[in-house]
Amino acid sequence: MQDAVLTKFLLRHPSVLVFLGMLAVFTIAVTVLSEGFGMGIVSTSLVKTLGKTLCLALAAIAMDLVWGYCGILSLGHFAFFGLGGYMIGMWLMYARTELIVLKANAAAALPLTPQELSDAIGVQIFGVVGGSEFPAIWAFSDSFILQLLLVVLVPGILALVFGWLAFRSRVTGVYLSILTQAMTLALALYLFQNDSGLRGNNGLSGLQNLPGLEETSQADVSLWFFWGSAFALGFCYVIAKLIVESKLGNVIRAIRDDESRVRFLGYNVEGYKLFVFVITAIMAAIAGAIYYPQAGIINPAELAPIASIYLAVWVAIGGRGRLYGAVIGAIFVSLLSSFFTGGQIPNISLGFYTIQWVDWWLVLLGLSFVIATLYAPKGLGGLVDKFKKA
Amino acid sequence: MSSLLNVNGISVSFDGFKAINDLSFEIAENELRAIIGPNGAGKSTFMDIVTGKTRPDMGDVVWGEKNVSLIKKSESDIARLGIGRKFQRPTVFEDQTVEDNLMMALRNDRAPFAVLFYKFSNDDKQKVVDLADSIGLSEDINRIAGELSHGQKQWLEIGMLLAQEPRLLLVDEPAAGMTKQERNKTVELLKKMAQNHAVVVVEHDMEFIRDLDCKVTVLHEGSVLAEGSLEQVIENQDVIDVYLGR
Repeated sequence: MQDAVLTKFLLRHPSVLVFLGMLAVFTIAVTVLSEGFGMGIVSTSLVKTLGKTLCLALAAIAMDLVWGYCGILSLGHFAFFGLGGYMIGMWLMYARTELIVLKANAAAALPLTPQELSDAIGVQIFGVVGGSEFPAIWAFSDSFILQLLLVVLVPGILALVFGWLAFRSRVTGVYLSILTQAMTLALALYLFQNDSGLRGNNGLSGLQNLPGLEETSQADVSLWFFWGSAFALGFCYVIAKLIVESKLGNVIRAIRDDESRVRFLGYNVEGYKLFVFVITAIMAAIAGAIYYPQAGIINPAELAPIASIYLAVWVAIGGRGRLYGAVIGAIFVSLLSSFFTGGQIPNISLGFYTIQWVDWWLVLLGLSFVIATLYAPKGLGGLVDKFKKA
Repeated sequence: MSSLLNVNGISVSFDGFKAINDLSFEIAENELRAIIGPNGAGKSTFMDIVTGKTRPDMGDVVWGEKNVSLIKKSESDIARLGIGRKFQRPTVFEDQTVEDNLMMALRNDRAPFAVLFYKFSNDDKQKVVDLADSIGLSEDINRIAGELSHGQKQWLEIGMLLAQEPRLLLVDEPAAGMTKQERNKTVELLKKMAQNHAVVVVEHDMEFIRDLDCKVTVLHEGSVLAEGSLEQVIENQDVIDVYLGR
């Protein structure tokens, strides 16, 4: 029964099959060409970059749902992305440090008491900020399952509380955008403090090393995460598509176009906005939880207000209100960004002035945002439509 | 006949300006009523109060047999109780098809999860087809609402109101910007609607009101100036003073 519904859905929306097919071909191609598989044409660091890019594409899908479909220009969704990363990072760091401490004391005459063990791990993790005590927020860090739940719960509850307060007071438009910027800035500033319990500006590091798998090479680990990223992207794409093609999709697009009219139809607009805000916050958090183990490090700078603005820029360039547009925008712009800022193209010397791509990339990005807004309001995704019509 | 909506002595002021001043008003089940009045008489504010957009400073609005007070309820709650509103400017969801517009308006569970898992059943499809038929849009059912003409959008909005199956319809200047032909059709639609709904029409156009042929309420400076048939009302000295100037 459930299968029949899904089959019908896929037949009605062939674009989902096209998307999943392309994602599968891409994933297989990268796998076959990777170092982990033995070919070595695609380097491990490139596999990581591509995996991270898929996570960013997932965050862009969330942004498109909340902005492109529901009309809420949230400039704080990267905060949820970062929180997801922190939550999984806590377990990764704790579990790996525990193994290191146990190994170091393996030869000791007496086994460590639980208190000694906890202290030793605490010194290892918090020594850098001058502490050794575990803050209360690390209470569940020894449990993979609980910390995995927190990846969903912490950003989800933050979005629920923030959204409830904001939407209930009917804060809309640019005021809401400013409020979401304030939220992510406040969170970043809090995390920068050494006594925030998350190692201040050092952040969490060494996340690329999976506990208990020291013998496994990064070439393999990077592939696992790449597959995980691809799966999460494909899975959430289908979920997002199911949402926007349901009647709820009709209602949220109606809210985007004329909120008060929807109220007079008898829909509780605030409830719908909250639903979409929380769902997309959770999607962003899942993306972040897969992203940061590939990046290896997370620190409060990741939650800076500008990160959330980039997310909006990707979606605008890729094309709002179409899910593949968000994916195209995120992949295109973030890959281009790492190309320009990665020092892979030589700076151009004009004699009197040298064009430094690291600096000029931001100008290019800003320009393309303006051009996309003015001349291609449907973004790169709009080109796909033109191609379809032709 | 018992009253469906009972407005008791409501007042509301904005920055010291009294938009509605001790207004009382009653409408019965299946009644057709026209409200006229000069600009600033409080016609739109009256509708805003009944539909929950504006809260009155004083007075009460009571609804139905159970005498539910509406003044503390939200717009969506009031809409679900059975009060539909049509705006002056046609407001349909221009990005979506006629069918989707009507489907959203159908009287169904409005909770987010129920809506997420909603299935467009054959019953509901038939309802949408019938509605489109009654508003003369059966040929345009798969068109994007934004492509419709001004008059067609007005009808679509009326169709969406009907889909809500309300007991009371508040209709704001339905004939504004319509051709004579479209206007006649609108009069017919409203009269037909009044057979099994209470309908309140706010209108400027005297000819249109004459065609509606119903009880008229004249508003002036936020309270009722006169009430009766159109003939009675236009012979009323107060009304002549207000409309023609002293």
